[in-house]
Amino acid sequence: MTSQTGTWLYGVTASPAAIRRDSFDHLTGVGGGKLHLVSAGGLTAVAETVSLAEFGETALRRNLEDLDWLESAARAHHRVIDALASQVQLVPLRLATVYREDRNVQAMLAEHGPRLRAALRRTASRAEWGVKAYADQSAAARAEAPDDRTGQAAPGSGAAYLRRRRDELAASQQDRHAALVSAQEVHAALARLAADVRLHPPQSPELTGSKSAMILNAAYLIDDQQAAGFRQAVDDLRSQVPLQLELTGPWPPYSFADTGPDLR
Amino acid sequence: MAAVLLRRYRAGFAVTPSYPADRAPGDRAPAERVALPADRIALVDLLDRVLAGGVVVAGDITLSVADVDMVTISLRALVTSVSALADQLPPPASTHWMPDDS
Repeated sequence: MTSQTGTWLYGVTASPAAIRRDSFDHLTGVGGGKLHLVSAGGLTAVAETVSLAEFGETALRRNLEDLDWLESAARAHHRVIDALASQVQLVPLRLATVYREDRNVQAMLAEHGPRLRAALRRTASRAEWGVKAYADQSAAARAEAPDDRTGQAAPGSGAAYLRRRRDELAASQQDRHAALVSAQEVHAALARLAADVRLHPPQSPELTGSKSAMILNAAYLIDDQQAAGFRQAVDDLRSQVPLQLELTGPWPPYSFADTGPDLR
Repeated sequence: MAAVLLRRYRAGFAVTPSYPADRAPGDRAPAERVALPADRIALVDLLDRVLAGGVVVAGDITLSVADVDMVTISLRALVTSVSALADQLPPPASTHWMPDDS
């Protein structure tokens, strides 16, 4: 059982000759092993031979529920893709794509050739940038702050108390509405600079560790030549909207690898 | 290589200056994890991408959409309460799922 191996895939490129050999030889993958290339039909997959005892179907199901394991695997998967994407055009494959043997990878490359080539074309000379927007701290604080006046409420002031509560809720609704409008402005401004756009679900405050609510979690596909302009645009927006903006990237084009309009 | 990656991420990740993109693959023991909040933020961003992005092909072993949803739910359950997130779970992870045609 432990001697059985499979092939974990990282990404696919059409120009493997551009991979720097010295860098490639030093990369290690999710299983801690060296990488190898599997080619068919003019496409080349970056692969690693892994033990099915750890990366087989049953083991994967179990391991992916282990946050430490998942983090390690996600970072290792990303590390390989990111290192190669800086040298050569490469479309990333989703985490945990495993074949029983290299021959099956070749069959996949042949079968999905047009799709993979379309993804390569769509993301050529482009990178993904992430922008997250959080509602301004002060607005969020106002919305969540306990009303310290209620403690002083005089007897019989129920109506006044209710009116105050209603006004507070209305104000918090207005803050929320204003934040959403601002987020839409940010998104519209940045989308104009992008070749494509994806919206991820907002991350929860428990995961981000931020007290402010995330109201935008977007990914933008930006021409490499436009990268500086995009960063500048984000910086400019910081002073124009009452939101905290967080920029991440450049990322390999994960969010744009498989959902482009020319694939539907 | 590690230094290069770190520099690159320092440039990009404003709130994750210690983004450990160069962690050695053997560093899996929980005791060795540095549970920095920034670390977790970056992980969430990363999982947004490696779990819900990338080309999906039907491997001999491939996570199904249901699996990915389960992983995502499990992940979130680990770090927060499920009830607080009931309305924040992501939509079906893949918008372009290829049926298993092997």
